[in-house]
Amino acid sequence: MITEKLQNLGRSTIDNLAGFGRSGVMLFGALVGKPNFRKGWPLLVKQLYVIGVLSLLIILVSGLFIGMVLALQGYTVLVKFGAEGMLGPLVALSLLRELGPVVTALLFAGRAGSALTAEIGLMKATEQLSGMEMMAVDPLRRIIAPRFWAGVISMPLLAMVFTAVGILGGHLIGVNWLGVDGGSYWSTMQANVDLYQDVVNGLIKSVVFAVIVIWIALHKGFDAVPTSEGISRATTQTVVTASLTVLGFDFILTALMFGG
Amino acid sequence: MSDIMVDIQHLSFSRGKNLIYDDMSMQVRRGKVTAIMGPSGIGKTTLLKLIGGQLKPSQGHILFDGQDIPALSRADLYQARKKMSMLFQSGALFTEMSVFDNVAFPIREHTRLSESLINIIVLMKLESVGLRGARDLMPAELSGGMARRAALARAIALDPELIMYDEPFAGQDPISMGVIVRLIKELNNALGLTSIVVSHDVTEVMSIADYVYLVAEKKVIGHGTPEQLRQDKSALVQQFLLGEADGAVPFHYKAAAYEDELMEPRR
Ligand SMILES: Nc1ncnc2c1ncn2[C@@H]1O[C@H](COP(=O)(O)OP(=O)(O)OP(=O)(O)O)[C@@H](O)[C@H]1O
Ligand SMILES: [Mg+2]
Repeated sequence: MITEKLQNLGRSTIDNLAGFGRSGVMLFGALVGKPNFRKGWPLLVKQLYVIGVLSLLIILVSGLFIGMVLALQGYTVLVKFGAEGMLGPLVALSLLRELGPVVTALLFAGRAGSALTAEIGLMKATEQLSGMEMMAVDPLRRIIAPRFWAGVISMPLLAMVFTAVGILGGHLIGVNWLGVDGGSYWSTMQANVDLYQDVVNGLIKSVVFAVIVIWIALHKGFDAVPTSEGISRATTQTVVTASLTVLGFDFILTALMFGG
Repeated sequence: MSDIMVDIQHLSFSRGKNLIYDDMSMQVRRGKVTAIMGPSGIGKTTLLKLIGGQLKPSQGHILFDGQDIPALSRADLYQARKKMSMLFQSGALFTEMSVFDNVAFPIREHTRLSESLINIIVLMKLESVGLRGARDLMPAELSGGMARRAALARAIALDPELIMYDEPFAGQDPISMGVIVRLIKELNNALGLTSIVVSHDVTEVMSIADYVYLVAEKKVIGHGTPEQLRQDKSALVQQFLLGEADGAVPFHYKAAAYEDELMEPRR
């Protein structure tokens, strides 16, 4: 019984590692090799639009609401200690260090990651990838690479937008509605937010999350069983796996950056 | 330059436990139309993918223009693929591009021709398959037969040395069927390309092929010019050419005895 369980555990670990290795090779294959700017640039711009710009709306709306909720919740606690002047740093630090990168990554996995997996899975199922290969065009270079770079470029930018809108949302609730002093909202924020410790670390996080989410989405699409059921399963797996991996890495990165 | 374009020697290939080819050999002559016929599910598409290097055989050699395809490095394989082209059974058009862009795709990828020149080439290719008027449609707006013809235009866009047609006639009405039959023959004669045609349509294939291979039961069961095949005494060959359901070639996928399964429905 126990040995059987152990065997299964071992087997699934090996399968997972093998998958990881395959996708590592895949990603590597997509990224090395001399880039071709004449052909690569239009492809990248198109993907930046599809992956980045089209995710903007959901990021704006979510950022605004998360900022407003943060201010509301923060205010009720701070006001008990007469420290409502610290609302600015509370909102800004929560967003810069945690919520900006993490929530953006989760939304991104749901919005762009799932779409990427479905798109590539369908291309595989309809033999478009095979067809491309037979035309001596490498699908890794042509399909995978522009999507990867577009994701890695756009997600940190989206996280910045998310954070900025969140801070404005906090201002809207804290200052315009609850009556915190507007000057102190900004000045305490300026005094308490450190460029390197908070802003740069937040950016590093979101770059790491971007690589994770995009990598998983592309790998799941490329590895999907080429049937409608296989594609729907791969899409779900992208969202679940990417979200959990992001949360796991967030803990590790937070411990490394702010733990000591 | 040898006379043989594709030389398959002692090929064995299996999908998991399912052995598809067992020590099979065949030759495709340069400049000729070679047809491969065989029952559905016998592995004809698989064979084309083996020639294209998308699958690796477990044994044997596949020589394309003298190069052993399975042994090539990735870069050399891509180089070799520039000389071949394949019409997929499903068409495999790129769904996010218009018909025009689909046909222009290989030209834009592999040449540095100006857009005006590309425009001329693409329109010529579309005209030859009767789809010049459909250039701005998206693949989703085409019928199955039209999609196949658009894919055909894309396959011949760069005038490759070898074209592999996987079921080019399926889903075509008699008129476009006739057009495609003539197109394959003309391309072959005028441009001197080599063609491999996989098909079940015995009459059409026999009318254009210079040489025919009949594949069944993991190997070649008969080959020769269409004339030679018609004279062939083998029961297998005659059954396939005349289209009789159950003879020497089984029509059914291998299964347990019918009576047994009906009497004992759940297992
Ligand atoms: N991806 C795959 N995985 C496992 N088995 C496969 C796969 N693709 C095809 N097969 C099996 O390989 C065999 C040959 O398939 P193939 O598509 O080459 O047949 P075919 O001769 O082209 O048939 P048809 O004339 O119907 O197109 C079939 O028995 C099929 O079950
Ligand atoms: Mg087939």
